[in-house]
This record gives sequence, C-alpha cells and structure tokens, in this order.
Amino acid sequence: MTSLRNGPDAKGLFGHFGGQYVAETLMPLIHELAAEYEKAKQDPEFAKELAYFQRDYVGRPSPLYFAERLTEHCGGAKIYLKREELNHTGAHKINNCIGQILLAKRMGKQRIIAETGAGMHGVATATVAARFGMQCVIYMGTTDIDRQQANVFRMKLLGAEVIPVTAGTGTLKDAMNEALRDWVTNVHNTFYLIGTVAGPHPYPAMVRDFQAVIGKETRDQLHAQEGRLPDSLVACIGGGSNAMGLFHPFLDEQSVKIIGVEAAGHGIETGQHAASLNGGVPGVLHGNRTFLLQNEDGQIIDAHSISAGLDYPGIGPEHAWLHDIGRVEYTSITDKEALAAFHQCCRLEGIIPALESSHALAEVFKRAPGLPKDHLMVVNLSGRGDKDMQTVMHHFDEQEEHI
Amino acid sequence: MSRLQTRFDELKQQNRAALVTFITAGDPDYATSLAILKGLPAAGADVIELGMPFTDPMADGPAIQLANIRALAAKQDLAKTLRMVREFRQDNGTTPIVLMGYFNPIHKMGVERFLAEAVDAGVDGLIVVDLPPEHNEDLCDPAQAAGIDFIRLTTPTTDDKRLPTVLNGSSGFVYYVSVAGVTGAGSATLEHVEEAVARLRRHTDLPVAIGFGIRTPEQAAAIAKRADGVVVGSALIDKIASAESSEQAVEGVLGLCRELSEGLRSARG
Repeated sequence: MTSLRNGPDAKGLFGHFGGQYVAETLMPLIHELAAEYEKAKQDPEFAKELAYFQRDYVGRPSPLYFAERLTEHCGGAKIYLKREELNHTGAHKINNCIGQILLAKRMGKQRIIAETGAGMHGVATATVAARFGMQCVIYMGTTDIDRQQANVFRMKLLGAEVIPVTAGTGTLKDAMNEALRDWVTNVHNTFYLIGTVAGPHPYPAMVRDFQAVIGKETRDQLHAQEGRLPDSLVACIGGGSNAMGLFHPFLDEQSVKIIGVEAAGHGIETGQHAASLNGGVPGVLHGNRTFLLQNEDGQIIDAHSISAGLDYPGIGPEHAWLHDIGRVEYTSITDKEALAAFHQCCRLEGIIPALESSHALAEVFKRAPGLPKDHLMVVNLSGRGDKDMQTVMHHFDEQEEHI
Repeated sequence: MSRLQTRFDELKQQNRAALVTFITAGDPDYATSLAILKGLPAAGADVIELGMPFTDPMADGPAIQLANIRALAAKQDLAKTLRMVREFRQDNGTTPIVLMGYFNPIHKMGVERFLAEAVDAGVDGLIVVDLPPEHNEDLCDPAQAAGIDFIRLTTPTTDDKRLPTVLNGSSGFVYYVSVAGVTGAGSATLEHVEEAVARLRRHTDLPVAIGFGIRTPEQAAAIAKRADGVVVGSALIDKIASAESSEQAVEGVLGLCRELSEGLRSARG
C-alpha cells in the first residue's frame, strides 16, 4: 500500500488541492521559506532546539487522559482526552509557533506578523515573539476583537501590536487578507507566521509537521496505557491544524477510524455555518486550492460559528484531499450542540474546554454511546475555554434549559 | 496580430508610451461603469484594464478594495463583466481590454467556459494576480491556446534567476509592479524604475508597462520617458469614490484620464 503520509508533491499539491496561488511579489519568499524549512528538517541542531522548547517552554508531552466520568456517562467507547489545553498559552497553537519562530530566527527575520481568529494563535505568536525578542504585529477582525477581548489584552501584554481589521465581516479571513497585504509590503524583513494548515505551500505541510507531535505522543502514550492503537480519533476543524496534528501519524493505520468535525453554526441548511467540506465546493483562496464557502459567482461567503477559531470559509488542503479520497470522515456540529458538550465536559470532568474543542466533544457524545466498551476513542482537547467566558455567559441562560 | 501587439507597435512608431487605465467593472454600478469604459479611449486611454470584482482582493490597497465592495454591492458578477466588454466592443474594435483580478471567480465559472465567453466578448488579455507561473496549466496555457494574452506581473522581488520563469509564457506586455506592496501604495524612485526596465529588457522583447503608485500627469510623464506603458488605477478609482453622482464619476475619471494622456503625449517631446 502506498503511504498517505508522503504529501504534498514538489508543487505543494495534495491530489488536486494545495499549491502556491499567491502574488508574484511573494513567490521568491515562499520558495526561500520552503528551501529553508527543508534544510531545517534535516538539521539535528534544529530538532534538538525544537525538542528543548517543546519540553521546557511549552510543557510537552501533554497528558493523554482517560476521561472516566465522560466514558461512564456515555456508556460506550473508552474515551481519552489529549490534553493540548494544558500547553503554555492554553491551546495546541504554540506547537506550530515555536517551530516557525525558530525557523524565522534561522532566516534572520526580525519582524513577525500573524492573523488570528479566536486570538489563540495571536497569543501564541505574541508569546514566542516576546521570548525571541522580535517585533510582532497581529491582524485581527473587529468582530473577533469584540468577542475575544481578553486575548487582545494578552497579546498587548506580551508586547504585540494588534491591528483591527474592519474589511469584510471582520473575522479570520479578513485578518488573513490584511496579513498578506502587510507581507507583500514588508517582504524584506518580515516572517508571516501562519496559524493553520492552510495558505501557500510550504505552510500546510510545515504547520502539520510541527503539530504532528500531538499524534506521535498520542500513539506512544496509548501504547503505554493500552498496548495498542486507538480505534478512532476525533478532532474539530477550522483551518484544521489540531486535527491534522492528531491524524497525520495515523493516516496509514487502516484500522483507525478518523473523524474531523466542522462547525455547522446555526445548521448547514441555514447557510450560516463554517463547514467548508460539508457545505462548500473547491476554489482558490489565500494561496491554496481547497474547499471554500462561496456563491455561484465564486465570491467568498462569510462563515459563521459560535467559536471564533472555527469561523473560516476554507479548510487546509490536506483535509480537502483526505475528504476527497474518503480516508477521513468529516462531519459537523452546530453551535447549540457544541455549547451543550461544553457544559457536560465542565461538569463531568472538571475541564473547561474551548468552544472549538467542544465541537469534537459533541461528536463524541453522539458516537461513543453506540460503541463497544473496548473501543478506544481519542479526542483532541485542543484548547481551554477561559477565553470563551464572555460568549458562554451570553448563551448560559438559554443553554441551562437544554441540560 | 493581437490588438495589444498592434497597439504597442503603433505607439512605438508615434514615439510615445501607452496610457493603461484600470477601473473595476461595475464600480459604482453597471451603467456608470459602462459609461466610463466607453469614454476611456476618447479620453486618451490606450489600453484598458478592467477589474473583475472579488470579495478578497489580497493584493489590493484600500482604494481598489472599496471599488470591489461597491461593485459587488451593485450585484456585479463575472458574467456581467464579460457583458460589459461585449457592449464596449459594439463600437470599439481597436482598444485592447485586459481583464484583471483573482482566480476564484474564473475557477468557479470553469476555465473552458470563461475563455470561450471572453474570446467571444472581445477580451484581449488576462492578468490574474494569484496565478504565478507555477500554475500555468490552470489558466495561462489554455488562455494562450484560445488566443488570449496572459500578462505577467513582475516585481522588485523577482530576481534575475526567477525572471525567465515568470516571462516564459508571458505575452502582450509585461507589467512591472514598481513597489513591493499593494495597489495604490507609495511610488518607486525613477532610478529604480530605470534599472528595472533595463533589467527586464535584457530578458524580454515585450513592451514593459509600469504600475503601482502613479497618480499625477507629471509622474506619468516621467515614467513614460522610461517605459512603454504607464498604468494608473487607484487615482482614477478615487474619482469614483468621491463623486456625488453618476455624471460626476464619469467626468471625474475621464477628466483625469485626459490630463494623464496630455502628460504622456508631452513626455518624449
């Protein structure tokens, strides 16, 4: 059997998805970045430095925790939580940031820019920029700034400049447009630290590689605890970096069922959602060919999700490919279902999950009860919910009636 | 011979540079935009770049972003943009029209259908910002096979090693983006432009047009001494943005176009 883990090809393509669809000004930089990343991958010193920061700065490995009460509650599959929310800065985002900032340092770049939705990637970027003494500029949509004020303040505390983006609906896609505009203007000294497995090649592969530590650890930890591979993996997907990080090391294990959970917002049928695979068609945006939410004229439609981190009209190209070939099952969870799962997790396990991760948990609540007790299910608890207090408080009364 | 080649040949004989004007199709609405388009040749435009509106114009500055938003709000789409070209061609058979924009709307319509309709409408060239030569097979190759020129952007970051890759498959003219940045941003020095044109001429016989940050007749004249074409976009679009009526928008754009054209015609004395 050919491996599913060899992509992308030399042109940055996963099947028909991915590529390098950017303005000419950026092409030389992207080629340089790809070459530099290839060199870094072969360099034992880079690996050593990365391992050091993962362990002593990020706090890896993150635990693989047997969620006993969740398991009892569901009455089926044995549920494990991969505790990415325990990382420094509270989410998986830092895994990628620490890798890219080490690369930026190698390339002699002094200025870091990034886009952020929920603010978790912005906080993680501001964190590593502070640690390495680099200038940091974060682009964030005004809608997201309103619903994630605590994270905006955290970024400022860490010394970053947060630039509000009013264009479009003021969410992640608009922030990414503005970051790309900054990048073409400041090519000489700026490193664009993309937060997910999207964008032009080499970003989707590079971010995946830095996040794959999640799946690698899971494999070893589950082997130590259960002596075997998991039967299923579940993770939420906006751009798809926490999911790709968990999934990638298992892609060639045909016995492992893999489930990606998109945000259905108010419901796919309402058109107000962020489910690019379940509700979109292929197109080209932000440097890659992938599934996009778009109208008949190819204009991009704004995504909707209660969780700012999933509020993006596209998805990483490797996910688009895995969907196309049927290796991963992509499903979706509504705002309401995610909120219910959020509350359940708080009360059953004493863990406040991010609203993003709550989408994955909601899928677990649907599936686990129908599975045998020896079925091992791993859920990526990609972030903690402290940042979501404002949003949840707003919905709390309504939600109380449902549980 | 293509309309673009014919036009640049004529201008070479007249010893003057081409005035290349950019407007966004459907900005601020279809009727006004069509009136501007039809008036541009008489106001001195030698080549017309017509922007295809897109929700996410990543390489454009504020002026053209807003033009895209206005056009989309007025329900402009790719089919209507092609219809505008068709209507323009009813009484103009010589001024080249180059459609400029981003790939996704074309991708959504389907490359084959888009090219068939573009040829039929009388489109001469395409500039697609997010299609570098690495993706020639997506649109550049089939466009040229259909007889439509594919105009490439070259930039200050396109070094000598990369230039042949970028120019390979270019046709019509070469568009030199004189500053690394978005449209409407600050302008380059004349020394930089001179060097860049000289460098491009070592690699290609195609006419070289300079764009980004050119706003006044004086700037246009200075560039016209050094290049085969001068592209003006954001400055024209600002006239639409500040107009209080459709008539003002038309007269604002055409008035500036006439001034720019005067500047160009006097440039090489």
